[in-house]
Amino acid sequence: MSEAVLERPQPIALETPDELNFLTPRQLAWRRFKRHRLALISAVILIVMYLVTGFAEFFAPYATTSRNVGAINAPPMNVRFFEHDGTFHLRPFVYGYDLHINEQTWAREYSENPEKIYPLRFFARGETYELWNLFEGDIHFFIAENDEGDGYIHFLGTDQLGRDVFSRVIYGGRISLSIGMLGIGLTLFLGVLFGGFAGYLGGWIDRIVQRMIEVLQSLPTLPLWMALTAALPAHWSSLRIYFGVTIILSLFGWTALARQVRGRFLALRNEDFVIAARLIGSGQNRIIFKHMMPSFLSHTITTATLAVPGVILGETALSFLGIGIRPPIVSWGVLMEQAQNYQVISMTPWILYPGLFVVIAVMAFNILGDGLRDAADPYNMGGQ
Amino acid sequence: MLHYVIKRMGTMVLTLAFISVIVFVVIQLPPGDIVTSTLERMEASGMQASDEYVQNLRARYNLDKPLYLQYLNWIFNFVQGDLGYSYIYSKPVNELVWERLGYTLLITISAVIFTWVVAVPFGIYSAVRQYSIGDYFITVVALIGLATPNFLLALLVMFFAWEWFGISIGGLYSMEFRDQPFSIPKLFDLLSRLWIPGSVVGMGGTAVTMRILRANLLDELNKPYVVTARAKGVKPIKLIFKYPLRIAINPFISTLGLLLPTLISGEAIVSMVLNLPTTGRMLLQALLAQDMYLAGSFLMLLAILTVVGMLISDLVLAWSDPRIRYE
Amino acid sequence: MADNILEIRNLGVRFKTDTGVTNALNDVNFDVPRGKVTAIVGESGSGKSVTANCIMRLLQPPGEIVNGSIHFNPSRTAPFDVVAISDRDPRIYDLHGGLISMVFQEPMTALSPVHRVGNQVAEAILCHRDVSKDAAMAEAHDMLSRVGIPDIDTRIQMYPFEFSGGMRQRVVIATALVCNPEVLICDEPTTALDVTIQAEILTLIKDLQEELSNSIIFITHDIGIVAQIADYVVVMYQGRVLEIGTVRQVLKDPLHPYTKGLLAAIPGNVPKSVRLSTIATAVGDADITTPYPLKEVGEGRLVSLP
Repeated sequence: MSEAVLERPQPIALETPDELNFLTPRQLAWRRFKRHRLALISAVILIVMYLVTGFAEFFAPYATTSRNVGAINAPPMNVRFFEHDGTFHLRPFVYGYDLHINEQTWAREYSENPEKIYPLRFFARGETYELWNLFEGDIHFFIAENDEGDGYIHFLGTDQLGRDVFSRVIYGGRISLSIGMLGIGLTLFLGVLFGGFAGYLGGWIDRIVQRMIEVLQSLPTLPLWMALTAALPAHWSSLRIYFGVTIILSLFGWTALARQVRGRFLALRNEDFVIAARLIGSGQNRIIFKHMMPSFLSHTITTATLAVPGVILGETALSFLGIGIRPPIVSWGVLMEQAQNYQVISMTPWILYPGLFVVIAVMAFNILGDGLRDAADPYNMGGQ
Repeated sequence: MLHYVIKRMGTMVLTLAFISVIVFVVIQLPPGDIVTSTLERMEASGMQASDEYVQNLRARYNLDKPLYLQYLNWIFNFVQGDLGYSYIYSKPVNELVWERLGYTLLITISAVIFTWVVAVPFGIYSAVRQYSIGDYFITVVALIGLATPNFLLALLVMFFAWEWFGISIGGLYSMEFRDQPFSIPKLFDLLSRLWIPGSVVGMGGTAVTMRILRANLLDELNKPYVVTARAKGVKPIKLIFKYPLRIAINPFISTLGLLLPTLISGEAIVSMVLNLPTTGRMLLQALLAQDMYLAGSFLMLLAILTVVGMLISDLVLAWSDPRIRYE
Repeated sequence: MADNILEIRNLGVRFKTDTGVTNALNDVNFDVPRGKVTAIVGESGSGKSVTANCIMRLLQPPGEIVNGSIHFNPSRTAPFDVVAISDRDPRIYDLHGGLISMVFQEPMTALSPVHRVGNQVAEAILCHRDVSKDAAMAEAHDMLSRVGIPDIDTRIQMYPFEFSGGMRQRVVIATALVCNPEVLICDEPTTALDVTIQAEILTLIKDLQEELSNSIIFITHDIGIVAQIADYVVVMYQGRVLEIGTVRQVLKDPLHPYTKGLLAAIPGNVPKSVRLSTIATAVGDADITTPYPLKEVGEGRLVSLP
């Protein structure tokens, strides 16, 4: 008995700032998240990536199929402010290519031509496009053009058909990143559905779902994905294949999430604060939405964020093997499909650039997920 | 313990039964079958197939029976060791898969070894020296390793080996051994090259395992029993190795089980890039050609590999953590 | 001069964290008489456990000792200042479990879950004496029977999770006492246990103390336990010592307003009809936060008052 009275931390004020005692759980979570600086940076990177690829038509100087026949397998260009002779230009520019044929190997070799100066022009008119197949336009974020109307820019070089790698990376990102999101939407749906049912109903439904999860988790995913995507009919349109691949990727990805939702549901049902809520007469809905949801929604979102990389990496791998996304739609995996052996890579290493973007996106999602997890944990007062 | 082993084996058999159904459904999914594609080929070359010929063909591949009978037939033969016949190679599947599966196993095991050899010391270092420069460096490398697709890593390794050292690392054997019969030098050659695919396949898993070990160890290092051990005079090095590591390693062993599907997946694609004679390439061919017995056998055998691997990791876990086997 | 095994002088500890510096101990002074039970009483955060950790040199970063000394005068070896010796000094390992032992609050987590209890007790012996494993196990067996573990031959091979809380605490006590330390620090050893088990464990500690005649520092927030077990009392609050005296002096005739408040807040000290006061109301307007230095008001009787 004496404990209860003695243990009260009175009458001295707490060392922590007073406001901490009055913040809502959401504000507290945001506070914890803001401390995780890397996660914040990752979130910004991802927002930029989704914006740029979302408005790919505007941000990419060229369409995915536009060819610069004068620059086949051309290397990346440097953006410059100074000419070779030292003249400074306020407006950045690139040098055009000079093409030589190597007499021994008959390989194309490119060098910069200091005569051809193509200044960068922002918000300038270039190729026409249809944004999301809806709005026509021809304003691009940047193009390179001299006063005579000549010019081209290939930041990341061109491929074997003279297509701009940079533009294709942006369009490819639209597919790879949207598959990540769409796939995770499906994963969330399946995970919450199965996990929720198993946790809520219990009994034999729970046992069946658990068994299903165990079986799916012990399957090597890639071979199975390969089998399923290889089964997508050859005559399907690229768009249908896109959705098909997304569904296949989520089909095996929901298990971790379902397991978590189920576990949370079961644990929360017997948690003291839920029982307490029930005892003071809270209704079923209030208990689920006010007491249980906040403590598992955050975890669910975190798990979902951490599952996005799996979907992106899966798509990339399948497309790299030529059984995922099919041209003319491009994804980061499709772009790397050409890089099947080191001869190609050693001639045109820049076709691996899409891989760099995969790494950045996946890293950002992983770090963001870690940050969210720390922020979502109500017992983590952060940083101590 | 024996009780646990039996129970766990029972679950494994059940899991495999489920998996066999999934595999069968998956290989049945593509529209058409081997007969229709044979007929298409015959028609394309101007031949006419008689109805009777078609009937015979269907009967030969059991395609005239209902699906569940086809499944039972397949799985019955499979269990008895008859994996069926490959149409594209015109050979029994048995003659095709085992060597490749062996190499897959070899590479997966070397990936597991790589994972452990790298993840354990670096994970411990990272936890014990939390927030040191070394810890940050390891964390960054792990994050990059986790984010890099296996095949990209394989391509990069291959590219840089070629550019910097002028060596071709494709294949499991050096040029001079490639067509030689098996011998001791050839074995050494194999072992000396094995670490490349092993490390490439194991990279992502290493990063995950390292992070998990670090987190577990940090958790354990703050537990009261560590203080108790310190208070009774256990010295620092022993303190880490005998106590927290012992417990931190348990979830770590179970992650190894979860890691196996990833490793086997990774092996499939890496071996294609590195041109290794393992399951990946042949599985892809079989899938694209709808060679159902070959594809089905590969899928099933890879699944068995995974499930048995998980069983072993569970048993090791039970042996190492008394709380599990007494459950 | 009294025979003190430990003399703590001007001990100061602070914790440096992201949110600021907290002074956990400020100029703590008290003595631990040899062969007696000294209780440290106080509420959470008063610095009881930090003091114990300092004596054991178990203080972990971000905590650090900033000043003061802990003079340790064991009968088996030469006296030394616990604060002054370096982390690499071998005497640290004598200290840990050899000369001073500790019993912790949470018996559920104080034992390693993956090692058999017998091994955990024997390990303490192996850390301090050069004996064979079998000999250590035999001694562990002996010690476990002295702390009242029934059916030892099978129990010694079991894991902690197969034991009840009270049994585990007995194992922890056995581990602590197996090397016959000169000082035993009990950090709220009964708080996590049921009331009936509490009494058993207290009796056990008391009996073993009489048998082994070691010195005990008993940390608690339960005045009832203090009355039962202690010879001397040190009252702590907010990292400071407020009052020191024999158990009789402090409980019968408290001098400091905080101590008075503490005693007023115990059920049973007031008539049933009167509503039990909290410490805060019992203390009232009295100033308990100003750090007055301890002044001696009698033989071994000190109080922090102006």
